Amino acid sequence: MNAQPAAIRPAALIRPHDIPYLPRGVRLQDDRVRGIRVLQAPERAMQLDAIGDAILGELDGSRSMAAIVSTLAARYNAPEDQIAGDVRDFLTGLIERRMVFVRQP
Amino acid sequence: MKDQQHQPRDLDGNAVTPGLPMAMLAEVTHRCPLACPYCSNPVELTRAAQELTADDWGRVFRQAADLGVLQVHISGGEPGARRDLAQIVAHARDAGLYVNLITSGIGITRDRLEELDRAGVDHVQLSLQGIRPDMADRISGHPGSWDKKMHFADWVKDIGFPLTINAVVHRQNLERLPEMIELAETLGARRIEVATVQFHGWADLNRKALMPTREQAAFARQVVNDARVRLRGRMVIDYVPADHHAVFPKACMGGWGSTGLNVGPDGTVLPCHAAQTITWMRFENVRDRDLGDIWQNSDSFNAFRGTAWMPEPCQSCDRKTVDFGGCRCQAMALAGDARATDPVCSLSPLHPQVVARAEADAGADTADLIYRRMRKGD
Repeated sequence: MNAQPAAIRPAALIRPHDIPYLPRGVRLQDDRVRGIRVLQAPERAMQLDAIGDAILGELDGSRSMAAIVSTLAARYNAPEDQIAGDVRDFLTGLIERRMVFVRQP
Repeated sequence: MKDQQHQPRDLDGNAVTPGLPMAMLAEVTHRCPLACPYCSNPVELTRAAQELTADDWGRVFRQAADLGVLQVHISGGEPGARRDLAQIVAHARDAGLYVNLITSGIGITRDRLEELDRAGVDHVQLSLQGIRPDMADRISGHPGSWDKKMHFADWVKDIGFPLTINAVVHRQNLERLPEMIELAETLGARRIEVATVQFHGWADLNRKALMPTREQAAFARQVVNDARVRLRGRMVIDYVPADHHAVFPKACMGGWGSTGLNVGPDGTVLPCHAAQTITWMRFENVRDRDLGDIWQNSDSFNAFRGTAWMPEPCQSCDRKTVDFGGCRCQAMALAGDARATDPVCSLSPLHPQVVARAEADAGADTADLIYRRMRKGD
């Protein structure tokens, strides 16, 4: 999964306090033949890079996007603003495809 | 050297490099209670006695997973016509595959749907032939199909499966596309696939009754575009337009033998579900050869791999790695030559004839349908 170019960044479909989760029928899986991680979803297997895998691995159905951003910023020693933008755009793309759902806290 | 002996080659003898398939269509039976006049099954249907067993399918699924397949689409015919469908599904999940069940919803009771849930179905795709009983029952050739389908959709929702609605559109139902999209919303679908009939096999027999008009194709495009904006984040709309009205052809199968394969009820392995319309081509069977061997080494899969086999105008076209020359089966049907540039491409010398024929068929004054049936004695 490549990050979206900033020029065509779509309106966000998730706010910091929203809780993102993988709904029924969507799961992270090893692709043992290609040696990568994939997101399996209805009619679609999306190949993930390390960043996508790291983000989706944090979706536990209880923590907000803001909490997930803090965790990732600390782990990768990166500015929280930058991580927040990447996570929001990545999750927005998956929400558009109905591969990630969001619930209110 | 072994590698040199087994170098895969296209139909002209050019070396090709097979990739890894992502998805497999498993047509576990051709039996079906419906008789849709555009059925994607071949006109020569396979009989029940020739079908692979559930254990055969288990072996095929394990070979597919070893080959790199991640998703299986279990279809038919109506897969529910197999009494051992849950066992087939369980074998697919045991092999590590993601299981999409593609069904008409007819002939699967609530109890069986719960059994399929326990067996591991990940996602249900429900076909839609029209809106409300008058149209849905007439197009499917099955009185009562609409009511049964709506009950089935309720059970899908109760159990909690993710749902996709597969709406097949053509001249006789395109006006009601907005209602189909509304229905999918009402049923809680995450996705709707709006697919214009592809004129192969059974559908080709019904061209004069089903070919959409140019105005309908434009209307459908507008409806889809508007609905995508309105439903962003709530429902996905995948749209397969009428390619007889297009400028460039579809990238059929994402390229022949590149990412997908199809295994028929009797174990015949095809690069796409319509490939048997290429009558000179020979296809392998999983009863005789391992699926990986067929994918890598069979003449059928290697025939149109890569781009070296392409004639002009494809060979010098910068879209040759975008649409791969279009659909081989459509080239066979419309040009009489499976190697030809897909004649729906505006660059094909045959394009004016194809458009003229599509316009004539779209203007034909008939709604009479030739329904899909097994021949007597089948």
